[in-house]
Amino acid sequence: MIRVVDPGPQTTVQDLGRPGHLRDGIPPSGPVDVRAFVIANRLAGNLDGAAGLECTLLGPRFTVETACAIAVTGADAPVTVNGEAAPAWTTLVLAAGDTVRIGAARAGVRVYVAFSGGLDVPPALGSRATYLRGRLGGVEGRGLRRGDVLRVFPAPSPPARRLPALEVPSFEAEPEIRVVLGPQADRFTAEGIAAFLGGPYEMLPQSDRMGARLAGPRIAHARGHDIISDGIALGSIQVPGDGQPIVLLVDRQSTGGYTKIATVGSFDIGRIGQVKPGQRVRFRAVDVLEAHRLRRSWEAALAGALGGGIAAVPAA
Amino acid sequence: MELGDEISVEINTRVRALEFLIQHEAPAGVVETVPTFRSLLVYYDPGQVGYETLCATLGALAAQAEAAVLPPARLVEIPCCYDPELGPDLAAAAERLGLSVDELVSLHASVEYLVYFVGFTPGLPYMAGVPDRIQLPRLPTPRVKVPPGSVGLGGAQFCIYSVESPGGYWLLGRTPVRLYDPEAAEPTLLRAGDRVRMRRIDRVEYDALAARVSARDYQPVIA
Repeated sequence: MIRVVDPGPQTTVQDLGRPGHLRDGIPPSGPVDVRAFVIANRLAGNLDGAAGLECTLLGPRFTVETACAIAVTGADAPVTVNGEAAPAWTTLVLAAGDTVRIGAARAGVRVYVAFSGGLDVPPALGSRATYLRGRLGGVEGRGLRRGDVLRVFPAPSPPARRLPALEVPSFEAEPEIRVVLGPQADRFTAEGIAAFLGGPYEMLPQSDRMGARLAGPRIAHARGHDIISDGIALGSIQVPGDGQPIVLLVDRQSTGGYTKIATVGSFDIGRIGQVKPGQRVRFRAVDVLEAHRLRRSWEAALAGALGGGIAAVPAA
Repeated sequence: MELGDEISVEINTRVRALEFLIQHEAPAGVVETVPTFRSLLVYYDPGQVGYETLCATLGALAAQAEAAVLPPARLVEIPCCYDPELGPDLAAAAERLGLSVDELVSLHASVEYLVYFVGFTPGLPYMAGVPDRIQLPRLPTPRVKVPPGSVGLGGAQFCIYSVESPGGYWLLGRTPVRLYDPEAAEPTLLRAGDRVRMRRIDRVEYDALAARVSARDYQPVIA
Protein backbone atom coordinates (compact mmCIF):
# COMPACT_ATOMS: atom_id res chain seq x y z
CA MET A 1 0.00 0.00 0.00
CA ILE A 2 1.13 3.52 -0.83
CA ARG A 3 0.01 6.48 1.28
CA VAL A 4 0.12 9.84 -0.47
CA VAL A 5 1.55 12.52 1.83
CA ASP A 6 1.75 15.28 -0.78
CA PRO A 7 0.41 14.62 -4.30
CA GLY A 8 2.26 17.35 -6.23
CA PRO A 9 0.37 19.61 -8.67
CA GLN A 10 -0.84 16.86 -11.02
CA THR A 11 -0.07 13.23 -10.36
CA THR A 12 -2.21 10.59 -12.07
CA VAL A 13 -2.31 6.82 -12.36
CA GLN A 14 -1.48 5.71 -15.92
CA ASP A 15 -1.01 2.44 -17.75
CA LEU A 16 -0.46 2.06 -21.51
CA GLY A 17 -3.92 3.50 -22.15
CA ARG A 18 -7.30 2.49 -23.58
CA PRO A 19 -7.13 2.44 -27.38
CA GLY A 20 -10.31 1.73 -29.32
CA HIS A 21 -12.69 4.36 -27.91
CA LEU A 22 -11.84 7.46 -29.93
CA ARG A 23 -14.95 6.82 -32.03
CA ASP A 24 -16.95 7.44 -28.84
CA GLY A 25 -14.95 10.60 -28.11
CA ILE A 26 -12.81 8.91 -25.42
CA PRO A 27 -9.05 9.41 -25.88
CA PRO A 28 -6.48 6.68 -25.12
CA SER A 29 -4.74 8.55 -22.27
CA GLY A 30 -1.67 6.71 -20.93
CA PRO A 31 1.80 8.21 -20.39
CA VAL A 32 2.90 11.12 -22.58
CA ASP A 33 6.47 9.74 -22.50
CA VAL A 34 5.91 6.03 -23.24
CA ARG A 35 9.62 5.16 -23.24
CA ALA A 36 10.26 6.52 -19.74
CA PHE A 37 7.10 4.83 -18.46
CA VAL A 38 7.99 1.40 -19.91
CA ILE A 39 11.56 1.56 -18.61
CA ALA A 40 10.28 2.41 -15.11
CA ASN A 41 8.12 -0.72 -15.22
CA ARG A 42 10.99 -2.94 -16.37
CA LEU A 43 13.21 -1.63 -13.56
CA ALA A 44 10.43 -2.44 -11.09
CA GLY A 45 10.17 -5.96 -12.53
CA ASN A 46 6.74 -5.36 -14.08
CA LEU A 47 5.00 -6.01 -17.36
CA ASP A 48 5.41 -2.96 -19.61
CA GLY A 49 1.78 -1.97 -19.12
CA ALA A 50 1.52 -2.15 -15.31
CA ALA A 51 -0.12 0.92 -13.76
CA GLY A 52 2.19 3.53 -12.26
CA LEU A 53 2.25 7.27 -11.67
CA GLU A 54 2.79 10.19 -14.01
CA CYS A 55 3.84 13.35 -12.13
CA THR A 56 3.99 16.85 -13.60
CA LEU A 57 6.84 19.32 -12.94
CA LEU A 58 6.86 18.64 -9.20
CA GLY A 59 6.74 15.12 -7.84
CA PRO A 60 4.79 13.67 -4.93
CA ARG A 61 5.81 12.56 -1.47
CA PHE A 62 4.50 9.15 -0.41
CA THR A 63 5.08 6.43 2.16
CA VAL A 64 5.14 2.76 1.26
CA GLU A 65 3.34 0.75 3.92
CA THR A 66 4.58 -2.61 2.63
CA ALA A 67 8.03 -3.44 1.30
CA CYS A 68 8.29 -3.07 -2.48
CA ALA A 69 10.61 -1.94 -5.25
CA ILE A 70 10.10 1.23 -7.23
CA ALA A 71 11.78 3.04 -10.10
CA VAL A 72 11.67 6.75 -10.97
CA THR A 73 12.27 7.80 -14.60
CA GLY A 74 11.36 10.58 -17.03
CA ALA A 75 12.09 14.21 -16.23
CA ASP A 76 15.29 14.89 -14.27
CA ALA A 77 14.07 15.48 -10.71
CA PRO A 78 15.74 14.88 -7.34
CA VAL A 79 14.62 11.69 -5.57
CA THR A 80 15.08 11.03 -1.86
CA VAL A 81 14.25 8.01 0.29
CA ASN A 82 13.88 8.95 3.97
CA GLY A 83 15.74 12.17 3.14
CA GLU A 84 18.72 10.45 1.48
CA ALA A 85 19.38 11.09 -2.21
CA ALA A 86 18.50 8.12 -4.41
CA PRO A 87 19.21 7.54 -8.12
CA ALA A 88 16.65 7.75 -10.90
CA TRP A 89 16.49 5.14 -13.75
CA THR A 90 17.40 2.54 -11.10
CA THR A 91 15.54 -0.14 -9.13
CA LEU A 92 15.05 1.16 -5.56
CA VAL A 93 14.24 -1.50 -2.95
CA LEU A 94 12.11 -0.03 -0.18
CA ALA A 95 11.17 -1.25 3.29
CA ALA A 96 7.78 -0.79 4.90
CA GLY A 97 7.53 2.76 6.24
CA ASP A 98 10.01 4.32 3.83
CA THR A 99 9.09 7.79 2.56
CA VAL A 100 9.92 8.79 -0.99
CA ARG A 101 10.02 12.37 -2.15
CA ILE A 102 10.37 13.52 -5.75
CA GLY A 103 11.27 17.19 -6.09
CA ALA A 104 10.92 19.78 -8.83
CA ALA A 105 12.01 18.78 -12.34
CA ARG A 106 15.35 20.39 -13.25
CA ALA A 107 14.85 19.38 -16.88
CA GLY A 108 11.82 17.78 -18.49
CA VAL A 109 8.21 17.86 -17.31
CA ARG A 110 6.91 14.37 -16.60
CA VAL A 111 8.31 11.99 -14.01
CA TYR A 112 7.19 8.34 -13.88
CA VAL A 113 7.11 6.13 -10.81
CA ALA A 114 6.61 2.37 -11.19
CA PHE A 115 5.88 0.06 -8.22
CA SER A 116 6.73 -3.65 -8.27
CA GLY A 117 3.45 -5.45 -8.97
CA GLY A 118 1.80 -2.30 -10.36
CA LEU A 119 -0.92 -0.12 -8.85
CA ASP A 120 -4.21 -1.86 -8.16
CA VAL A 121 -6.98 0.56 -9.14
CA PRO A 122 -10.17 -0.62 -10.85
CA PRO A 123 -9.89 -0.71 -14.65
CA ALA A 124 -12.35 1.38 -16.67
CA LEU A 125 -12.96 0.24 -20.27
CA GLY A 126 -10.08 -2.19 -19.84
CA SER A 127 -7.49 0.33 -18.64
CA ARG A 128 -6.31 1.92 -15.38
CA ALA A 129 -5.17 5.10 -17.15
CA THR A 130 -6.63 8.34 -15.81
CA TYR A 131 -8.52 10.62 -18.22
CA LEU A 132 -9.02 13.73 -16.11
CA ARG A 133 -11.50 15.65 -18.29
CA GLY A 134 -13.67 12.55 -18.63
CA ARG A 135 -13.31 11.61 -14.91
CA LEU A 136 -12.43 8.09 -16.11
CA GLY A 137 -9.97 5.50 -14.78
CA GLY A 138 -7.23 5.90 -12.17
CA VAL A 139 -8.40 6.96 -8.71
CA GLU A 140 -12.04 8.02 -9.21
CA GLY A 141 -11.04 9.61 -12.50
CA ARG A 142 -9.01 12.33 -10.75
CA GLY A 143 -5.45 13.22 -9.82
CA LEU A 144 -4.01 12.01 -6.52
CA ARG A 145 -4.86 13.84 -3.30
CA ARG A 146 -3.20 14.01 0.07
CA GLY A 147 -4.24 11.01 2.13
CA ASP A 148 -5.05 8.72 -0.81
CA VAL A 149 -4.09 5.12 -0.18
CA LEU A 150 -3.24 3.09 -3.28
CA ARG A 151 -3.06 -0.69 -3.30
CA VAL A 152 -0.22 -2.45 -5.09
CA PHE A 153 -0.48 -5.95 -6.55
CA PRO A 154 1.73 -8.42 -4.67
CA ALA A 155 4.94 -9.25 -6.54
CA PRO A 156 8.31 -10.82 -5.82
CA SER A 157 11.22 -8.44 -5.32
CA PRO A 158 12.82 -7.78 -8.74
CA PRO A 159 16.57 -7.84 -9.42
CA ALA A 160 18.11 -4.42 -8.80
CA ARG A 161 19.07 -2.90 -12.15
CA ARG A 162 20.07 0.45 -13.61
CA LEU A 163 19.55 1.83 -17.12
CA PRO A 164 22.97 2.37 -18.75
CA ALA A 165 23.92 6.05 -18.58
CA LEU A 166 24.08 6.31 -22.40
CA GLU A 167 20.40 5.37 -22.61
CA VAL A 168 19.25 7.97 -20.06
CA PRO A 169 17.76 10.82 -22.12
CA SER A 170 19.53 14.14 -22.20
CA PHE A 171 17.14 17.06 -22.31
CA GLU A 172 18.38 19.23 -25.16
CA ALA A 173 18.01 23.02 -25.02
CA GLU A 174 16.09 23.19 -28.32
CA PRO A 175 14.97 19.74 -29.47
CA GLU A 176 14.16 19.09 -33.09
CA ILE A 177 10.77 17.42 -33.43
CA ARG A 178 10.12 15.40 -36.59
CA VAL A 179 6.75 15.89 -38.34
CA VAL A 180 4.94 14.66 -41.44
CA LEU A 181 3.24 17.58 -43.22
CA GLY A 182 -0.53 17.32 -43.71
CA PRO A 183 -3.37 16.48 -43.78
CA GLN A 184 -4.27 20.13 -44.45
CA ALA A 185 -0.84 21.58 -45.28
CA ASP A 186 -2.42 22.88 -48.51
CA ARG A 187 -4.52 25.27 -46.41
CA PHE A 188 -1.42 27.31 -45.51
CA THR A 189 0.65 29.74 -47.58
CA ALA A 190 4.23 28.84 -48.58
CA GLU A 191 5.36 31.55 -46.15
CA GLY A 192 3.21 29.95 -43.44
CA ILE A 193 4.84 26.54 -43.92
CA ALA A 194 8.29 28.16 -44.01
CA ALA A 195 7.53 29.98 -40.74
CA PHE A 196 6.41 26.71 -39.14
CA LEU A 197 9.55 24.82 -40.22
CA GLY A 198 11.78 27.81 -39.40
CA GLY A 199 10.57 28.31 -35.84
CA PRO A 200 11.54 28.22 -33.08
CA TYR A 201 8.39 27.81 -30.96
CA GLU A 202 8.21 28.30 -27.23
CA MET A 203 6.22 25.94 -24.98
CA LEU A 204 3.42 27.77 -23.15
CA PRO A 205 2.50 27.08 -19.51
CA GLN A 206 -1.15 26.26 -20.35
CA SER A 207 0.03 23.05 -22.08
CA ASP A 208 -1.33 19.83 -20.62
CA ARG A 209 -1.96 16.17 -21.46
CA MET A 210 -4.56 17.24 -24.02
CA GLY A 211 -2.26 19.48 -26.02
CA ALA A 212 1.09 21.28 -26.09
CA ARG A 213 0.47 24.95 -26.85
CA LEU A 214 3.31 26.77 -28.55
CA ALA A 215 4.09 30.38 -29.46
CA GLY A 216 6.39 31.59 -32.23
CA PRO A 217 6.38 32.84 -35.82
CA ARG A 218 2.82 33.25 -37.06
CA ILE A 219 1.70 30.50 -39.48
CA ALA A 220 -0.41 32.13 -42.20
CA HIS A 221 -3.47 30.34 -43.58
CA ALA A 222 -4.16 30.41 -47.31
CA ARG A 223 -7.97 30.34 -47.01
CA GLY A 224 -9.45 30.38 -43.54
CA HIS A 225 -8.63 28.35 -40.48
CA ASP A 226 -11.80 26.28 -40.21
CA ILE A 227 -12.44 22.93 -41.83
CA ILE A 228 -15.36 20.52 -41.66
CA SER A 229 -14.58 18.84 -38.31
CA ASP A 230 -12.56 15.66 -38.72
CA GLY A 231 -10.43 13.23 -36.70
CA ILE A 232 -7.39 14.34 -34.70
CA ALA A 233 -4.44 11.92 -34.57
CA LEU A 234 -1.86 11.64 -31.81
CA GLY A 235 0.59 14.44 -32.60
CA SER A 236 -1.75 16.36 -34.95
CA ILE A 237 -0.71 20.02 -35.04
CA GLN A 238 -3.72 22.32 -35.19
CA VAL A 239 -3.30 25.92 -36.20
CA PRO A 240 -6.29 28.09 -35.20
CA GLY A 241 -6.86 31.63 -36.43
CA ASP A 242 -4.07 33.11 -34.30
CA GLY A 243 -1.48 31.21 -36.37
CA GLN A 244 0.06 29.47 -33.32
CA PRO A 245 0.46 25.67 -33.27
CA ILE A 246 -1.10 23.23 -30.79
CA VAL A 247 0.29 19.66 -30.71
CA LEU A 248 -2.46 17.24 -29.61
CA LEU A 249 -1.40 14.59 -27.10
CA VAL A 250 -2.78 11.54 -25.31
CA ASP A 251 -5.87 13.16 -23.71
CA ARG A 252 -6.81 14.97 -26.95
CA GLN A 253 -10.28 15.70 -28.24
CA SER A 254 -11.10 13.01 -30.83
CA THR A 255 -12.25 15.46 -33.51
CA GLY A 256 -11.89 19.15 -34.26
CA GLY A 257 -12.50 21.87 -36.81
CA TYR A 258 -9.16 23.69 -37.09
CA THR A 259 -6.71 23.15 -39.95
CA LYS A 260 -3.90 20.71 -39.19
CA ILE A 261 -0.54 21.58 -40.72
CA ALA A 262 1.40 18.43 -39.74
CA THR A 263 1.62 15.45 -37.39
CA VAL A 264 4.42 14.80 -34.90
CA GLY A 265 5.81 11.25 -35.28
CA SER A 266 4.80 8.95 -32.42
CA PHE A 267 8.53 8.43 -31.68
CA ASP A 268 8.85 12.16 -30.82
CA ILE A 269 5.70 12.54 -28.69
CA GLY A 270 7.61 11.72 -25.51
CA ARG A 271 10.32 14.23 -26.44
CA ILE A 272 7.93 17.13 -27.03
CA GLY A 273 6.02 16.09 -23.91
CA GLN A 274 9.18 16.67 -21.87
CA VAL A 275 9.69 20.24 -23.12
CA LYS A 276 9.24 22.66 -20.23
CA PRO A 277 7.18 25.84 -20.46
CA GLY A 278 9.50 28.60 -21.68
CA GLN A 279 11.77 26.13 -23.51
CA ARG A 280 11.83 26.16 -27.33
CA VAL A 281 11.51 23.52 -30.06
CA ARG A 282 11.99 23.40 -33.81
CA PHE A 283 10.08 21.25 -36.31
CA ARG A 284 11.62 19.31 -39.19
CA ALA A 285 9.54 17.71 -41.96
CA VAL A 286 10.10 14.06 -42.92
CA ASP A 287 8.06 11.98 -45.38
CA VAL A 288 5.82 9.07 -44.38
CA LEU A 289 8.38 6.38 -45.23
CA GLU A 290 11.11 8.14 -43.24
CA ALA A 291 8.67 8.49 -40.33
CA HIS A 292 7.99 4.74 -40.48
CA ARG A 293 11.73 4.04 -40.47
CA LEU A 294 12.21 6.32 -37.43
CA ARG A 295 9.32 4.64 -35.66
CA ARG A 296 10.72 1.16 -36.31
CA SER A 297 14.12 2.11 -34.93
CA TRP A 298 12.49 3.77 -31.88
CA GLU A 299 10.40 0.65 -31.27
CA ALA A 300 13.40 -1.65 -31.70
CA ALA A 301 15.48 0.42 -29.28
CA LEU A 302 12.70 0.37 -26.68
CA ALA A 303 12.03 -3.33 -27.21
CA GLY A 304 15.68 -4.02 -26.43
CA ALA A 305 16.05 -1.65 -23.45
CA LEU A 306 17.13 -3.48 -20.28
CA GLY A 307 17.20 -6.73 -22.22
CA GLY A 308 13.56 -6.46 -23.27
CA GLY A 309 10.19 -6.44 -21.60
CA ILE A 310 6.98 -8.35 -21.54
CA ALA A 311 4.11 -7.15 -23.75
CA ALA A 312 4.67 -4.86 -26.68
CA VAL A 313 4.38 -1.11 -26.86
CA PRO A 314 0.85 -0.21 -27.99
CA ALA A 315 0.35 0.87 -31.55
CA ALA A 316 -0.21 4.60 -31.83
CA MET B 1 -9.62 8.64 -45.96
CA GLU B 2 -11.57 11.60 -47.33
CA LEU B 3 -14.78 10.71 -49.15
CA GLY B 4 -15.97 14.21 -49.98
CA ASP B 5 -15.77 17.80 -48.92
CA GLU B 6 -19.21 18.68 -47.60
CA ILE B 7 -21.63 17.79 -44.84
CA SER B 8 -24.19 15.50 -46.43
CA VAL B 9 -26.08 12.39 -45.39
CA GLU B 10 -24.81 10.57 -48.49
CA ILE B 11 -21.10 11.20 -47.89
CA ASN B 12 -21.38 10.50 -44.15
CA THR B 13 -23.23 7.27 -44.86
CA ARG B 14 -20.33 6.14 -47.05
CA VAL B 15 -17.87 7.05 -44.27
CA ARG B 16 -19.83 4.92 -41.78
CA ALA B 17 -20.15 2.10 -44.33
CA LEU B 18 -16.38 2.16 -44.90
CA GLU B 19 -15.81 1.95 -41.15
CA PHE B 20 -18.26 -0.95 -40.93
CA LEU B 21 -16.44 -2.81 -43.72
CA ILE B 22 -13.09 -2.25 -41.97
CA GLN B 23 -14.53 -3.58 -38.70
CA HIS B 24 -15.89 -6.57 -40.56
CA GLU B 25 -12.81 -7.35 -42.69
CA ALA B 26 -10.28 -6.41 -39.97
CA PRO B 27 -7.40 -5.66 -42.37
CA ALA B 28 -3.94 -6.30 -40.89
CA GLY B 29 -2.45 -3.40 -38.98
CA VAL B 30 -5.62 -1.33 -38.46
CA VAL B 31 -5.81 -0.29 -34.80
CA GLU B 32 -8.88 1.93 -34.58
CA THR B 33 -11.07 4.21 -36.66
CA VAL B 34 -12.83 7.53 -36.10
CA PRO B 35 -15.68 8.44 -38.46
CA THR B 36 -16.48 12.13 -38.98
CA PHE B 37 -18.71 14.09 -41.40
CA ARG B 38 -16.80 13.30 -44.59
CA SER B 39 -13.69 11.39 -43.60
CA LEU B 40 -12.55 8.35 -41.69
CA LEU B 41 -9.42 8.56 -39.53
CA VAL B 42 -7.65 5.18 -39.61
CA TYR B 43 -5.01 4.49 -36.97
CA TYR B 44 -2.60 1.76 -38.04
CA ASP B 45 0.58 0.08 -36.91
CA PRO B 46 3.24 0.58 -39.59
CA GLY B 47 5.07 -2.42 -38.11
CA GLN B 48 2.22 -4.61 -39.35
CA VAL B 49 1.26 -3.02 -42.64
CA GLY B 50 2.98 -0.69 -45.12
CA TYR B 51 1.42 2.65 -46.06
CA GLU B 52 0.94 1.78 -49.75
CA THR B 53 -0.56 -1.64 -49.00
CA LEU B 54 -2.97 -0.18 -46.48
CA CYS B 55 -4.03 2.60 -48.85
CA ALA B 56 -4.75 0.00 -51.54
CA THR B 57 -6.82 -2.13 -49.13
CA LEU B 58 -8.80 0.86 -47.87
CA GLY B 59 -9.33 2.13 -51.41
CA ALA B 60 -10.85 -1.23 -52.41
CA LEU B 61 -13.15 -1.18 -49.37
CA ALA B 62 -14.15 2.45 -50.06
CA ALA B 63 -15.36 1.37 -53.50
CA GLN B 64 -17.87 -0.97 -51.79
CA ALA B 65 -18.84 1.49 -49.06
CA GLU B 66 -22.51 2.27 -49.52
CA ALA B 67 -25.63 2.43 -47.37
CA ALA B 68 -26.66 -1.15 -48.18
CA VAL B 69 -23.77 -2.65 -46.17
CA LEU B 70 -24.82 -0.94 -42.92
CA PRO B 71 -27.00 -2.66 -40.31
CA PRO B 72 -30.34 -0.96 -39.52
CA ALA B 73 -29.94 2.27 -37.55
CA ARG B 74 -31.11 2.53 -33.93
CA LEU B 75 -33.74 5.13 -33.08
CA VAL B 76 -33.08 6.79 -29.72
CA GLU B 77 -35.69 8.91 -28.02
CA ILE B 78 -34.21 11.72 -25.93
CA PRO B 79 -36.59 13.39 -23.45
CA CYS B 80 -35.99 17.14 -23.39
CA CYS B 81 -37.40 19.87 -21.17
CA TYR B 82 -37.64 23.14 -23.12
CA ASP B 83 -37.80 25.41 -20.10
CA PRO B 84 -36.25 28.91 -19.85
CA GLU B 85 -34.37 27.88 -16.72
CA LEU B 86 -32.78 24.88 -18.46
CA GLY B 87 -32.59 26.46 -21.92
CA PRO B 88 -31.51 30.06 -21.26
CA ASP B 89 -31.56 31.05 -24.97
CA LEU B 90 -35.04 29.68 -25.70
CA ALA B 91 -36.89 33.02 -25.60
CA ALA B 92 -34.16 34.97 -27.41
CA ALA B 93 -33.92 32.32 -30.15
CA ALA B 94 -37.69 32.33 -30.68
CA GLU B 95 -37.76 36.12 -30.85
CA ARG B 96 -34.88 36.26 -33.33
CA LEU B 97 -36.63 33.66 -35.52
CA GLY B 98 -39.98 35.50 -35.30
CA LEU B 99 -41.65 32.44 -33.77
CA SER B 100 -43.39 31.73 -30.51
CA VAL B 101 -41.46 29.55 -28.07
CA ASP B 102 -44.06 26.85 -28.65
CA GLU B 103 -43.58 26.95 -32.45
CA LEU B 104 -39.80 26.78 -32.07
CA VAL B 105 -40.00 23.77 -29.74
CA SER B 106 -42.53 21.99 -31.96
CA LEU B 107 -40.29 22.43 -35.00
CA HIS B 108 -37.21 21.24 -33.11
CA ALA B 109 -38.98 18.14 -31.84
CA SER B 110 -40.68 17.44 -35.18
CA VAL B 111 -37.85 15.74 -37.06
CA GLU B 112 -35.47 12.81 -36.72
CA TYR B 113 -31.82 13.75 -36.52
CA LEU B 114 -28.89 11.66 -37.79
CA VAL B 115 -25.85 11.27 -35.52
CA TYR B 116 -23.12 11.86 -38.12
CA PHE B 117 -20.46 10.96 -35.56
CA VAL B 118 -19.61 11.15 -31.89
CA GLY B 119 -16.61 13.16 -30.81
CA PHE B 120 -14.83 16.19 -29.43
CA THR B 121 -15.81 15.28 -25.86
CA PRO B 122 -16.86 11.78 -24.73
CA GLY B 123 -20.26 10.82 -26.12
CA LEU B 124 -21.06 14.16 -27.78
CA PRO B 125 -23.22 13.57 -30.89
CA TYR B 126 -22.73 15.74 -33.98
CA MET B 127 -26.18 15.98 -35.51
CA ALA B 128 -27.48 17.97 -38.47
CA GLY B 129 -30.80 18.28 -40.25
CA VAL B 130 -32.21 21.15 -38.19
CA PRO B 131 -35.30 22.50 -40.04
CA ASP B 132 -34.39 25.61 -42.11
CA ARG B 133 -36.98 27.71 -40.31
CA ILE B 134 -35.13 27.42 -36.97
CA GLN B 135 -31.51 27.75 -38.07
CA LEU B 136 -29.46 30.43 -36.30
CA PRO B 137 -25.78 31.44 -36.51
CA ARG B 138 -23.75 30.49 -33.45
CA LEU B 139 -23.72 32.82 -30.45
CA PRO B 140 -21.35 35.77 -30.95
CA THR B 141 -19.68 35.05 -27.60
CA PRO B 142 -19.46 31.40 -26.52
CA ARG B 143 -20.35 30.54 -22.95
CA VAL B 144 -17.49 29.48 -20.72
CA LYS B 145 -19.49 26.69 -19.11
CA VAL B 146 -22.44 24.78 -20.50
CA PRO B 147 -23.95 22.11 -18.23
CA PRO B 148 -24.07 18.51 -19.51
CA GLY B 149 -27.37 17.54 -21.10
CA SER B 150 -27.87 21.01 -22.60
CA VAL B 151 -29.50 20.93 -26.01
CA GLY B 152 -28.02 23.51 -28.38
CA LEU B 153 -28.59 24.85 -31.89
CA GLY B 154 -25.94 26.31 -34.21
CA GLY B 155 -26.70 26.68 -37.91
CA ALA B 156 -27.92 23.39 -39.36
CA GLN B 157 -26.22 21.58 -36.49
CA PHE B 158 -27.61 20.52 -33.20
CA CYS B 159 -25.79 18.99 -30.27
CA ILE B 160 -26.34 17.71 -26.80
CA TYR B 161 -23.43 18.58 -24.51
CA SER B 162 -22.08 15.42 -22.88
CA VAL B 163 -19.81 16.97 -20.25
CA GLU B 164 -19.53 20.48 -18.83
CA SER B 165 -17.63 22.43 -21.47
CA PRO B 166 -17.49 25.80 -23.23
CA GLY B 167 -20.08 26.18 -25.98
CA GLY B 168 -21.32 28.56 -28.64
CA TYR B 169 -24.73 27.06 -29.43
CA TRP B 170 -28.14 28.53 -28.54
CA LEU B 171 -29.36 26.55 -25.54
CA LEU B 172 -33.01 25.55 -25.92
CA GLY B 173 -33.43 23.04 -23.12
CA ARG B 174 -31.90 20.13 -21.31
CA THR B 175 -32.25 16.37 -21.16
CA PRO B 176 -31.98 14.48 -17.87
CA VAL B 177 -30.35 11.58 -19.78
CA ARG B 178 -26.59 11.21 -19.41
CA LEU B 179 -24.85 10.99 -22.75
CA TYR B 180 -21.62 10.20 -20.91
CA ASP B 181 -21.40 8.41 -17.58
CA PRO B 182 -17.84 7.42 -16.64
CA GLU B 183 -19.11 5.00 -14.00
CA ALA B 184 -21.27 2.99 -16.40
CA ALA B 185 -19.98 -0.20 -18.05
CA GLU B 186 -20.72 1.47 -21.41
CA PRO B 187 -20.00 5.14 -20.69
CA THR B 188 -21.42 6.61 -23.91
CA LEU B 189 -25.04 6.42 -25.07
CA LEU B 190 -25.09 7.51 -28.72
CA ARG B 191 -23.11 6.13 -31.66
CA ALA B 192 -22.42 7.26 -35.21
CA GLY B 193 -25.40 6.38 -37.40
CA ASP B 194 -28.04 6.53 -34.66
CA ARG B 195 -31.29 8.37 -35.35
CA VAL B 196 -32.42 10.70 -32.58
CA ARG B 197 -35.86 12.06 -31.85
CA MET B 198 -36.56 14.62 -29.13
CA ARG B 199 -39.54 14.04 -26.85
CA ARG B 200 -40.85 17.19 -25.19
CA ILE B 201 -41.28 16.81 -21.43
CA ASP B 202 -42.40 19.26 -18.75
CA ARG B 203 -40.41 20.29 -15.71
CA VAL B 204 -42.18 17.82 -13.43
CA GLU B 205 -41.24 14.89 -15.68
CA TYR B 206 -37.71 16.30 -16.09
CA ASP B 207 -37.19 16.34 -12.32
CA ALA B 208 -38.66 12.85 -11.97
CA LEU B 209 -36.46 11.44 -14.75
CA ALA B 210 -33.38 13.24 -13.39
CA ALA B 211 -33.95 11.53 -10.04
CA ARG B 212 -34.29 8.16 -11.76
CA VAL B 213 -31.14 8.77 -13.81
CA SER B 214 -29.25 9.55 -10.58
CA ALA B 215 -30.56 6.32 -9.06
CA ARG B 216 -29.53 4.43 -12.26
CA ASP B 217 -33.12 3.44 -12.75
CA TYR B 218 -33.76 4.97 -16.19
CA GLN B 219 -32.64 4.21 -19.72
CA PRO B 220 -33.90 6.13 -22.75
CA VAL B 221 -36.06 4.25 -25.25
CA ILE B 222 -33.93 2.69 -28.00
CA ALA B 223 -35.72 1.03 -30.91
